[in-house]
Amino acid sequence: MSTNKNTIINNKACFHCGDDCPNDSVFIGENHFCCNGCKSVFEILNEHDLCTYYSLNSTPGIGQKNEIRKDKFQFLDNKDIQKKLIQFTNGKQTQLTLYLPQIHCSSCLWLLENIHLLNAGIQNANVNFSKKEIFIVFEEEKTTLREVVETLTKIGYEPHLSLNDVSTRQSNKTDRTRWYKIGLAGFCFGNIMMMSFADYLSFSNEVEPKIQLYFKGLSILLALPVLFYSASEFFVSAWNGIKNKYLNIDLPVALAIVITFVRSIYEISSRAGTGYLDSMSGIVFFMLIGRWLQSRTYQTISFDRDYKSFFPIALNVIKEGVITPTEISKVKINDIIQIHSNEIIPVDAILSKGGANIDYSFVSGESLPVQIKIGEMIYAGGKQLEGLLELIVVKEVSQSYLTNLWNNPIFNKKDSIKKSSYDTIGKYFTYVVLMLGLVAGIYWGFQGETKLMWNAITTVLIVACPCALLLSQNYTNGNILRIFGLNKFYLRSPEIIEKLSKINHIVLDKTGTLTQADSNSVRYTGKVLTEEVKSYISSLVKQSSHPASKLVAHFLNIINSEDITNFKETEGQGIEGWIHEHHIKLGSSKFIGGEYFANVEGSKVVFQMDDEIWGEFLITNKYRFGVTKLVQSLKQEYTLSLISGDNDTELRNVVDLLGKDSEVLFNQSPLEKLNYIKQLQSNHELRVMMVGDGLNDAGALKQSSIGLAVTDSGNNFTPSSDCIIEASKLTRLDTFLKFAKEGRKIILFSFTISAMYNVIGLYFAIQGVLSPVIAAILMPCSSITIILLTYGLTELAAYRFNLKEEITN
Amino acid sequence: MSVIIILLTVSICIAGAFLLAFLWSVKDGQFDDIQSPAERILFNNKFNNEQ
Repeated sequence: MSTNKNTIINNKACFHCGDDCPNDSVFIGENHFCCNGCKSVFEILNEHDLCTYYSLNSTPGIGQKNEIRKDKFQFLDNKDIQKKLIQFTNGKQTQLTLYLPQIHCSSCLWLLENIHLLNAGIQNANVNFSKKEIFIVFEEEKTTLREVVETLTKIGYEPHLSLNDVSTRQSNKTDRTRWYKIGLAGFCFGNIMMMSFADYLSFSNEVEPKIQLYFKGLSILLALPVLFYSASEFFVSAWNGIKNKYLNIDLPVALAIVITFVRSIYEISSRAGTGYLDSMSGIVFFMLIGRWLQSRTYQTISFDRDYKSFFPIALNVIKEGVITPTEISKVKINDIIQIHSNEIIPVDAILSKGGANIDYSFVSGESLPVQIKIGEMIYAGGKQLEGLLELIVVKEVSQSYLTNLWNNPIFNKKDSIKKSSYDTIGKYFTYVVLMLGLVAGIYWGFQGETKLMWNAITTVLIVACPCALLLSQNYTNGNILRIFGLNKFYLRSPEIIEKLSKINHIVLDKTGTLTQADSNSVRYTGKVLTEEVKSYISSLVKQSSHPASKLVAHFLNIINSEDITNFKETEGQGIEGWIHEHHIKLGSSKFIGGEYFANVEGSKVVFQMDDEIWGEFLITNKYRFGVTKLVQSLKQEYTLSLISGDNDTELRNVVDLLGKDSEVLFNQSPLEKLNYIKQLQSNHELRVMMVGDGLNDAGALKQSSIGLAVTDSGNNFTPSSDCIIEASKLTRLDTFLKFAKEGRKIILFSFTISAMYNVIGLYFAIQGVLSPVIAAILMPCSSITIILLTYGLTELAAYRFNLKEEITN
Repeated sequence: MSVIIILLTVSICIAGAFLLAFLWSVKDGQFDDIQSPAERILFNNKFNNEQ
């Protein structure tokens, strides 16, 4: 009975963050916590009567396992740094916006907007949920910037402070012009249509000329803002196309809009007809909505990050024994800097004090942390795992080994104008239409019917406006982007959908992409270990700070320690010691002088007791769940290769995973990765998609046709890329690619349908008898058909591919 | 029939007022963040009311 109860308690989820509780030692009342960090957040909220946080959503919190040191935000007392973060201050009141990547649910929103209860100096807090930002107004007299940031950190929302993000954010103000344009176009469209009603019902002959004149005059007046304001972006884009000597789809659209307007004015002024102003404003309205749907890219996500947003804002520099927080760009060569646990080292430096265990997985792709001795070099981008370090700066931030990658010309290359294939379809379409108009015009010209000739030429152009093409593209892409977003797959722009459907080769990174970046799995093979022996090993490895020792200690998970005598560590080789009259040795096969399984490759720790080799601990990378299935599925349609910065201990596993026909490369530098992609593109003319996560992939991501960055939810940095995918969804990549292909089919299909409408319109237009009624019926019909069709088909495809789970859950 | 002219003028003026209201709300930033207000509306504003 009691054991049963124990297991239940141990399986309890943390009341704060929902993680499994490793033991039941941390609790308040009935609520269990996974760690003291979570518990203390609960205490703070409880004390301030903010527990609604927990009732809005269950386990809304963010895990607090990494303790944050007390003076971490000391640098925020520095006035220069403050100035860069603050938006406005008058000495009394200060306003700033902070980026909180942890925001994810309504509880977060509620708590953050009640933050003034925790810090009385905060006057106002406003959360922008989609941007994951909080706008804070606080009083300088009552609190400081540092205290505000510390309050947020205390409850689990540590702001992501980076000068890079701040500077880009300020230039990137919300663009509201599209809303103005849509609103105006909608208003004008509706009213012009109302006044054209008489024409539709053929009353126009019975309407008094005075009223007729009034109707028409007002229509023209209302059409003017549509033409000059709402439709302006089509003209601008068409003009840019002409300037860069390439025909984009906006050119025929702009042409059609102008011709429709001119012809309508002519008809109205010469009393020859009623014009097509309603159709014109309607089409502008629908196209603007389509553009808006398509351009709702994800505001939360910044696709253009470089190393700067990965690095901290300030460093602790020790000058004559005094620690002063210094802005990172002001750190000079030969400065002595201090680095704490879990901090990133932003410069190339030499270790002068402390025990360094540097995790380079994000920078170089090495999966195991590296132990560094005093006097050795530490490269920028490494993360110190545990303990305080002092370093002497060798190279400044902008000159370091890591940042050199950004000096590669690929990062300065401006994106060339991207032509999409719809533009080629659109181009042919435009040529065909122009030919039709011309032929019809010449035919009527030879017949001597000049009036009919002009009629035919202009109406052909009006009807054949490739708006339908544009609409089907915009609406389909808009919905696909939305569905991808719900599945945590974010694209930089709609053009990427088309590119996704065209790739034929995928290059994968290993560390952090196929494997989980900071978790290695340990396996023991050999003679069965008794609890007693286990505790011997555990006691011994706890004496060492080598990464492998730590992994083994974590694997054994034994709290008690035995007394050790004659402990000896041979740097980089192994450890030995005496416990209860047993001589225990752990280390590399070279250190032990033998191994248990000679044929097993990989990182391993051999265990020897009293001159007998008992077995070995194998350290392997932990592959993400479902990766094997994903690779199998991708292999059916694409060729694959793997490129990693790590050493080749995992070679066998990787070859098993990818199969023999895929290229596998290890020990690759960031530049080599970039060049590999280049070589694939030029030698084999492959359209390459690169899937990577770290800074070492940044070059390759940029060079490839599509760079896909994988992000773990805890990690809020991704290198510059075209798309970002949440790590948990990576295994669905094959489905996403299929969905993108489906999207292309949908666009082509709905375009065919709308082309049929156009053919009907053209039938009348060529004969020169297109009446406003027909135009007024055809235009909304084709637009609405396309909207419904594209929406329905993309939704259907999403159901078929099981991409709708997120919504129902 | 000239009553139509008056009616039409009035109706366009009313529609114009709605348009202005829309433009005003856009300018006010109501459309900048569409997601947070939707979440916010569900809260019991116990604390905000006290202010």
